[in-house]
Amino acid sequence: MELTLDFPKVKAIVESYTEKVDSLIDSYAGNKEQLISLLQDIQAEFNYLPQDVLVKVSQKLDIPLSQVFSVVTFFRAFTLKPRGRHLVTVCLGTACHVKGGQRLVDKMERDYGIKPGETTEDMRFSLETVNCLGCCALGPVVVVDGKYESKMNTDKLDRVLRSYK
Amino acid sequence: MVEQVRKLLEKRVESVDELEKLRQSILGKRDTSRTCISVCGGTACRASGAEMVVDAFVDEIERRELQVQVELKETGCHGFCEKGPLVVIEPKKIFYQQVKPEDVAEIITETVLGGKAIERLLYVDPVTTEKITYEPDVPFYKKQTRTIFGANGEIDPTNIEDYIASGGYSALSKVLSQMSPDKIIDEVKKSGLRGRGGGGFPTGRKWQSCREAKADIKYVICNADEGDPGAYQDRSLLEGNPHSVLEGMIIGAYVIGSHLGYIYVRNEYPLAVKHARIAIEQAMDYGLLGENILGSGFNFTVTINKGGGAFVCGESSALMASLEGKIGEPKAKYVHMSEKGLWDSPSLLNNVKTWANVPLIINKGADWYSKIGTAGSKGTMIFSLVGNINNTGLVEVPMGITLREMIFDIGGGIPNGKKFKAVQTGGPSGGCIPEQFLDTPVDFDELTKLGSMMGSGGMIVMDEDTCMVDVAKYFVEFLKGESCGKCTPCREGINRMSEILNAITQGKGKPEDLGTLEDLAGILSAGALCALGQTAANPVMSTLKYFRDEYVAHIEQKKCPAGVCRELIQYSIDPEKCQGCLRCLRACPTGAITGEKREVHTLNQGLCIKCGACYDVCKFNAVIRQ
Repeated sequence: MELTLDFPKVKAIVESYTEKVDSLIDSYAGNKEQLISLLQDIQAEFNYLPQDVLVKVSQKLDIPLSQVFSVVTFFRAFTLKPRGRHLVTVCLGTACHVKGGQRLVDKMERDYGIKPGETTEDMRFSLETVNCLGCCALGPVVVVDGKYESKMNTDKLDRVLRSYK
Repeated sequence: MVEQVRKLLEKRVESVDELEKLRQSILGKRDTSRTCISVCGGTACRASGAEMVVDAFVDEIERRELQVQVELKETGCHGFCEKGPLVVIEPKKIFYQQVKPEDVAEIITETVLGGKAIERLLYVDPVTTEKITYEPDVPFYKKQTRTIFGANGEIDPTNIEDYIASGGYSALSKVLSQMSPDKIIDEVKKSGLRGRGGGGFPTGRKWQSCREAKADIKYVICNADEGDPGAYQDRSLLEGNPHSVLEGMIIGAYVIGSHLGYIYVRNEYPLAVKHARIAIEQAMDYGLLGENILGSGFNFTVTINKGGGAFVCGESSALMASLEGKIGEPKAKYVHMSEKGLWDSPSLLNNVKTWANVPLIINKGADWYSKIGTAGSKGTMIFSLVGNINNTGLVEVPMGITLREMIFDIGGGIPNGKKFKAVQTGGPSGGCIPEQFLDTPVDFDELTKLGSMMGSGGMIVMDEDTCMVDVAKYFVEFLKGESCGKCTPCREGINRMSEILNAITQGKGKPEDLGTLEDLAGILSAGALCALGQTAANPVMSTLKYFRDEYVAHIEQKKCPAGVCRELIQYSIDPEKCQGCLRCLRACPTGAITGEKREVHTLNQGLCIKCGACYDVCKFNAVIRQ
């Protein structure tokens, strides 16, 4: 598996954030066991986990890169690919499933050409699924950039996504 | 002078007596005649717009200069998520549902100042069509016993003084001043408390083995990695009453002699993380966490770790591996975590609800506690009642209540006049229980007897439109994605089950498939390393047991009786009902629907990809799915 996409543009972004990465790593004071929390903070900053940053984490925390990589690929919260401008998360918890959540995922694939974990070519949307958000009363739930959209169907999804450019 | 100011500013409580004094002084300052508006700020109500309602109240109260007479509080989850945003006006507990910011001015004028209820915002009982004014009279709440969840609607989770005023940290005072660790273990044992995370292991025994384990360093862990889809009570408790969980953890730490605790919480629960973090900071400020807690000489701190979104990390040994910064692979169970857990030190791990039960048991006594519940399962349990049910939400009931009472009396039955088909309990490790067992009392042992389990309290109600083969496939697919891959029975067994179930739902099933599924189930339960694999076949086995005819229909007649499995169904348009509104025609992605305005539309089966878009948009129920 390829470690990450290495766009020059991405590299430039990463370089401009070097200080930020350093301060994030330093905030855990070399605490190896906080690897997962650190990676989450980094991902919150960059939208994904860039290769250079992972190398840096490995060196600074003195954790083998292979272990960092195994953690990143094990947990579904992490992504090695840059995400689009807007993150669409479809809940596929049991309650959302029985109310038709899967049809929303099918729709994203059909109309936007992305499966879970993928990003549209124009970088507009990334699609993720989640096992349960605990808003079962509002299902099927879709979260767009942190905003909860309740009682969704395929028609409503279109209307919601229209406002995200 | 400087010294006095410093002391005034210092919030730290130095002893048990000082805590009691603080409690009295907080209560003394409270004006009980003051009207209190409490707005539910749980995740679901927030998603329905609760924050805008809070902002509107803040503005309105300021505009009318009512800050002195009226208190505004954003509380944790009240449980009745279906009807959010919820607003309760104390002291009478007038209950308003689905409140919008534009209702706020009227609430202030009519209810807060005028003392009158606003009809429009009251809850209407769907059975009697009667309007209900007060919160405790709402049928959803009436049959509940809210011992650990009750304070959720009353306290502001970001204000430790609210918790202290409601009697908070008095259990901690009691254990530090009057009880030896052994006495606490006795009390917990006597209460009959069993782990609320799913396993149901007796909590007192776990505590004892961890206390007896010899080590310099021990850890206390709160498992808030609530992974079961359809269960969210742990989140609501951590969001709505984080100090009750912390108090339980501090008591547990005191018992086993631990100085460091972890709360391992799902990353998908940002509000729970935030509130737990605030609670820890405040408890540190007040000297209820940190060094020399309440002057007892006992030190304990808690940190929060966010999970990485792996279901298997709800399993104790996988959770601890993840805490160590490794991938979440479970260990074999001959090593007990209470003896050799996190970094090989004895570790006491309990679920959020289990911890929250502890202060209650200490305060009210094991005798009081053990009177609630059944012979083998004591106390109350919080369930999340979700799926095809009228009153979706969180309910706390005594163990032993029947499924029928929960689903029909509290849950209000099935919406849209549909028929009840099954209730799924215990998450992906549980099973589906059919109608003939609705009078079963709910407790750890009874649910296990039915081939399901209590799990962490998810209860997903399914109506006649739910395909049970699809449900089994759903859980198997879920577990396929979440299996860590360490042991072969789980990694391979679940994959084979998934292949078979996919084939069945696509009309490619063979009669011998059912036997193969049963064989695989046997291998999984006997050979898998952890509970994820051992129980993975439960959803399949329970549906096979109770809904075998549905499997047979898929395999032999190539039909999905519930009309769910895409390859086995057809959409068509009912010419009697179609109004020719063009909505489905516009929604259809493949142009399979043709017709003119105000003329009956037709659906070309050859072009139909069965996406269901037409079904979603039709306002006249004219799209038939069978």
